[in-house]
Amino acid sequence: MPAAISTEGLVKRFGRTHALDGLDLAVRTGEVHGFLGPNGAGKTTTIRILLGMTRADEGTTRVLDGDPWSDATELHRRLAYVPGDVTLWPNLSGGEAIDLLGRMRGGVDKKRKAELLERFDLDPRKKARAYSKGNRQKVALVAAFASDVELLLLDEPTSGLDPLMEEIFREVVQEISDRDGRTVLLSSHILSEVEALCDRVTIIRAGRAVESGTLNELRHLTRTSIQAELVGPMDGLAQLNGVHDLQVDDGRVRFDVDTDEINPVLRRLTEIGVRSLVSQPPSLEELFLRLYEPEAVK
Amino acid sequence: MKSLAGTGGLIRLILRRDRVVLPLWIVLLVAISVSYVQEYGDLFPTPESRVKYASNVGFITLYGELSGPSLGEFVTWRLGFVPVMVGLISLLTVIRHTRVEEESGRRELLGATVVGRHAQLAAALATTLGANLVLAVLLALGMHSQDLPLSGSIAIGIVYAGTGWFFAAVGAVAAQLTASAGTARGIAIGVLGGAYVLRAAGDTSAHTDGPLAWLSHLSPIAWAQRIRPYADNRWWLGIVILASTVALITIAFQLAVRRDVGAGLLPDRLGPADGTMGSPLALAWRLHRGLLAAWTVGFALLGLLFGGVAEGVGDMMRDDPSIQEMFQRMGGAAGLIDSFLAGVMTLVGLIASAYAVQATLRLRVEESSGRAEPVLATATSRWQWAASHLVFSLLGPAVALLAAGVAEGLAYGVAIGDVGGQLPRLIGAALAQLPAVWVLAAIAIAIFGFFPQASMASWAGPTVCILIGLVSAGVSTAGWIRDISPFTHLPSLPGGSAQAAPFLVLLAIALVIGLAGLVGLRRRDLPA
Ligand SMILES: Nc1ncnc2c1ncn2[C@@H]1O[C@H](COP(=O)(O)OP(=O)(O)O)[C@@H](O)[C@H]1O
Ligand SMILES: [Mg+2]
Repeated sequence: MPAAISTEGLVKRFGRTHALDGLDLAVRTGEVHGFLGPNGAGKTTTIRILLGMTRADEGTTRVLDGDPWSDATELHRRLAYVPGDVTLWPNLSGGEAIDLLGRMRGGVDKKRKAELLERFDLDPRKKARAYSKGNRQKVALVAAFASDVELLLLDEPTSGLDPLMEEIFREVVQEISDRDGRTVLLSSHILSEVEALCDRVTIIRAGRAVESGTLNELRHLTRTSIQAELVGPMDGLAQLNGVHDLQVDDGRVRFDVDTDEINPVLRRLTEIGVRSLVSQPPSLEELFLRLYEPEAVK
Repeated sequence: MKSLAGTGGLIRLILRRDRVVLPLWIVLLVAISVSYVQEYGDLFPTPESRVKYASNVGFITLYGELSGPSLGEFVTWRLGFVPVMVGLISLLTVIRHTRVEEESGRRELLGATVVGRHAQLAAALATTLGANLVLAVLLALGMHSQDLPLSGSIAIGIVYAGTGWFFAAVGAVAAQLTASAGTARGIAIGVLGGAYVLRAAGDTSAHTDGPLAWLSHLSPIAWAQRIRPYADNRWWLGIVILASTVALITIAFQLAVRRDVGAGLLPDRLGPADGTMGSPLALAWRLHRGLLAAWTVGFALLGLLFGGVAEGVGDMMRDDPSIQEMFQRMGGAAGLIDSFLAGVMTLVGLIASAYAVQATLRLRVEESSGRAEPVLATATSRWQWAASHLVFSLLGPAVALLAAGVAEGLAYGVAIGDVGGQLPRLIGAALAQLPAVWVLAAIAIAIFGFFPQASMASWAGPTVCILIGLVSAGVSTAGWIRDISPFTHLPSLPGGSAQAAPFLVLLAIALVIGLAGLVGLRRRDLPA
């Protein structure tokens, strides 16, 4: 099966800002793909290119086996988009906006719409100007989820939702992925959301993908932190592969070790002789913080 | 006064955002007003000619009663419509910096900083009232520089500023009533229109010894007018206006206390749970219909007024060749009344081009507000999206012009007992303006397509054409300047001979520029 989305070497400049700087992104058909990155990393710009709203300066893009710039209209029948900052027509009710967007995409499933309104606890009769940010977002989400499409592009869709609604959102995404087999690109900077939903993730920073893979693969990039009390002199520990931030304090050591390199390091520790040992499990949280740091760009 | 904290900063923000528009309208209105002294002094050198010109019932409906035959009084009278424009601009400015801000949510952003809950309203009012004051001072100096008496010049400044102040306060109250900026504008403009109609009806009735003269006393526009600059300068009326302005502003602040940010006092009605719209055109109709209705009604009223006064103007022009000459420069037909009607048609066409530009700019409003994005992410192509709005920016002015033509034809036809003859002639003359209107709409499309961030520059089109029209009506102007305006190239209708060539050339120009703009739109990033 062809990839749902693939981009290679995307470059997009706004004046002197390099919004995208050689971005590669591959989303397989049927998966929920997390698209993570700090503010200003280029997530929205990427999604706009995937929608054919913005044209990349360099690089290639394929969406559902079409060119998003030249085949925009045909592709848009097969995908739905939820912007990060939803603005609606102040005089239209939420229900009117949902039906309008759905019909322009090719049709709304009435039953599905009613069910989603119920689950998201949204009153469709209110005028858009009376909606809070979260409610405007729900309007866009219901419009997207109620349409029969192959691909959903969601740009930080939960930034205005409360925890209860965030939970409903996860349920619905899981459903449309498992039951309906739809492909989802979920841009987010909330790790727990991505951990709960995504099969694979791409992490971008400053317009470039810094990591991409399944969550398990990424866990290999995490580090375990170790504190130990040793009996002998701690020679050669600092030279070992994968050891970071080593602190030595009178027979005690404290360091982080790449999860991939943990075996040789433990072997060296036992050679020296261990009096006591505490290890902290790897966390993705820490990995993301590390990748988000400015010097993480390779 | 914690509730006013941050007002100074907000005033600076408003001044920065309006740094072009605010000085522009002040200078423009002062310049036009001052230029009338020379122009109308030349056109009507004798008191008799002025009194005669101003005694026409139609003009009395439009501008009110002339207070006396001196040049200052005459010019003040002839400028009678400008204070209404000052009032309109003032109320729009206040609403734009209060309710529009709230509706867009920017107010919330500011409200969370150290900005008091009354600061936004106070800043909007302070800026608008201040701008009116500057306008008044400049106008007084300008009028005095034309050798008009100082006291009267100050008085006409107060007429302008007083009207501006009163309607700024009306705008402030309206902005508190509803959550929708559009509805607030509708209410405030309705009050302005009502005040104008009361004055027009009262003055007309007074002139014909009718029973409704008292209606004028209800109209703040009439209060300002009855200050009678250069006649007896009734300062106390200025105080009446000031007091009612203060009262309205107090009411606005009282109302503001009783509501939440973003909410109105009048409850928002619920809408339908299901929509019937399913196409870009249906959406565009929803977004444009209010504008279309307002312009169409306005144009019909304009047509009625001009159609109603046409016969009287004809009588007057027979006696005064200089007026005849003025209208011929505006429209240039041979027959007296026809040259008046043709001049009026050009004016109506110019106003229609403002509507065309306003409707075209809705595209930009949709784009920069972020509402275009979800639409374009559906199976709607950019062409379809643009076309759905352009239907209204091209055909909307056609409908409005048709209304003006029908109304003018009926009013004038009834007056001279020839509806069957005048109606088609004037409808044709009104619709003949369209190619020039479309050229200006096309320029707006092109600017939107290629330089979206500069979309507001599209207003330069109608502005330049209106200036050329105003100036060349008063004084003879170099040919190449007049040729800039597409309206110059239209045949003078009714009365003139209409050939196909100028229409076709203008249509071709509009088509080429408009299509180029659409190509630009297709090729650029969106939103940009
Ligand atoms: N239209 C634009 N004009 C200029 N700069 C832009 C524009 N859109 C995005 N940028 C810049 O490009 C970078 C990436 O932005 P964006 O894609 O919105 O990031 P994200 O969605 O990941 O927060 C930012 O530095 C942003 O300021
Ligand atoms: Mg973003």
